[in-house]
Amino acid sequence: MTTLSRTRQSSPLARRVWNGSWKSVVLVLSCLLVIIPFVSVVATSFADQRQITESGGFVLWPTHPSFAAYEAVLSGGVVLQSLAVSIGITVVGTAISVASTIGLAYGLSRPNALGHRPLLMIVLFTLLFAPGIIPSYLMVQYLGLLNTYWALIIPVAINAFNVIIMRSFFMDIPQELLDAARIDGANDLQILLRIVIPVSKAVIAVVALFYAVAYWNSFFTALLYINDTSMWPVQLVVRTFVVDSTSVSAEVPVQPGQTTPPQQSLKMAILVLSVIPILCFYPFLQKHFSEGALSGSIKG
Amino acid sequence: MPQTGEPVVLERTVPRPTTRPAEPEADPEAPAPPARRVRVRARWRRDWLLLAVLGPGLVLLVLFNYVPLLGNVIAFQDYQPYLGIENSTWVGFENFQVLFSGDARVTNAVINTLIISTIQIVVIFPIPLALALLLNSILAERIKTVVQSILYLPHFLSWVIVVSIFQSMLGDAGLVNTWLRSIGADTFSFVGNPDTFLALVTTQSIWRDAGWSMILFLAALSAVDQQLYEAAAVDGASKLRQLWHVTLPGIRGMIVLLLILRLGDVLSVGFEQLILQQDAVGLAASEVIDTYVYNNGIVAGNWGLSAAVGLIKGIIGVVLVLLANKAAHLFGERGLYQS
Repeated sequence: MTTLSRTRQSSPLARRVWNGSWKSVVLVLSCLLVIIPFVSVVATSFADQRQITESGGFVLWPTHPSFAAYEAVLSGGVVLQSLAVSIGITVVGTAISVASTIGLAYGLSRPNALGHRPLLMIVLFTLLFAPGIIPSYLMVQYLGLLNTYWALIIPVAINAFNVIIMRSFFMDIPQELLDAARIDGANDLQILLRIVIPVSKAVIAVVALFYAVAYWNSFFTALLYINDTSMWPVQLVVRTFVVDSTSVSAEVPVQPGQTTPPQQSLKMAILVLSVIPILCFYPFLQKHFSEGALSGSIKG
Repeated sequence: MPQTGEPVVLERTVPRPTTRPAEPEADPEAPAPPARRVRVRARWRRDWLLLAVLGPGLVLLVLFNYVPLLGNVIAFQDYQPYLGIENSTWVGFENFQVLFSGDARVTNAVINTLIISTIQIVVIFPIPLALALLLNSILAERIKTVVQSILYLPHFLSWVIVVSIFQSMLGDAGLVNTWLRSIGADTFSFVGNPDTFLALVTTQSIWRDAGWSMILFLAALSAVDQQLYEAAAVDGASKLRQLWHVTLPGIRGMIVLLLILRLGDVLSVGFEQLILQQDAVGLAASEVIDTYVYNNGIVAGNWGLSAAVGLIKGIIGVVLVLLANKAAHLFGERGLYQS
């Protein structure tokens, strides 16, 4: 780094300014390309009918911000229902996934254990292939999970990648710590619960977030396994109303004496509600995701 | 692993993971040479709790990754859901014959898949690398962090959200066209237009995932030994030469790793991304192998034929990963795994 700055100092001032500025322009533009759509979606969800009509659809800043769209969407109906489904799937699914991933990663974290190598191979090999759409469907059907919430959880409950991330963390725990517990008479389960889990809170939180994001975003599993629209998670509802442009008004209960909020605002409100959980957890995710993913890919 | 016994014996004595979890009551009473048997028993007594903890996760993993592979047998059947696998007629290779005789829809799906995949590797792959190099040359740590966090965010959004956002921005009633209309310019039809679909899909993929790949490259860049740059500078290497001789060789491992992962996915281009937009642009432009399997199999009920397509796709995918990994070894890289 020091050398980089030294060579930079040796170049003429004009070139340095130009050098710095085209880089800034590219980076600022890239960032704006990500930010502006978000701003516009959020702004439109708060805009009123007059502004939307005047602007022709989308706005970048709501002049008379109103919560009418959110009140309408959250007062009941299919959107609220789907949010509840998604929250349920995410909470229950993440709990199941994290518990079984911890168990699997812990079981694979001791290289001299019985059957270690074949078991590890079984887990690693799943990274190389996917069973395919139709075989997965037949499996879920065979287990009688079609049209149940379990179909959105169990088939995707374990991700080998997350197992590897967690395993490599467990393997870095100092052996002395585990030996000390063993001398004190702790068995493997007690060691897991009293030593391994408490010192691995960070990686467990990261893996939990990975799973939670995957469950919240799950679209494919629901499309495949759920026919009953009342069981749809929020992503399918977003598809129906925003991507396929089905009218939202019919689904939104209107309070007496109120006009329905503009279609565009309702749609954007649905979109915002489906993104908010991700945005809330993003700072945590962002902090750990890359390091976790990297350690997994390199050590795995 | 010095204490490990013969793998063959282990496989026989460890409770079969495909069928049941390693429960304590599972009995490791396989006939084995007495000495070894004692050793395995001793290790079983020592490790059964560990294996029991591992059990539920392993069962889930095997149940939904390996067991479904058996379902591929319907590729050799005229499968009817109401008859099930046991009672459907076996038709041998008939489904495969239909495929290889040049079914128009399959051909279209294969061609679209290859086009989109090629574009994704050729166009999309270098962009995050360029962004990472650019960001890496910025010295202010703070700017780096902010830019990273912003560019990386879309990776966590589902395709439903990404497609929705693109429609809201670039659709006929979207922000850009509205603005063009307001200044009296011509609008352009980008969303829902088969002619521009490839460009749209590419843009979406870049928007969503460039930041994510960039982070991986940045991490690899930070691991490059800084002394190499100093040595190169002392030798009079220009910035460009430093890039070519120090930076790129330093992150070659990561580039190869990401390329291998991409190659394995060559035949599975974003199912969710495409299926979401099929109604708007039509199948001619947007049908790929995965969406064909879904549309023709699960929706239209041609189970056997679609399973055959999926089976071939899966086999080619595994072969490609293995080949790419082999190639990586030949070029002296670690690749995805080591044999």
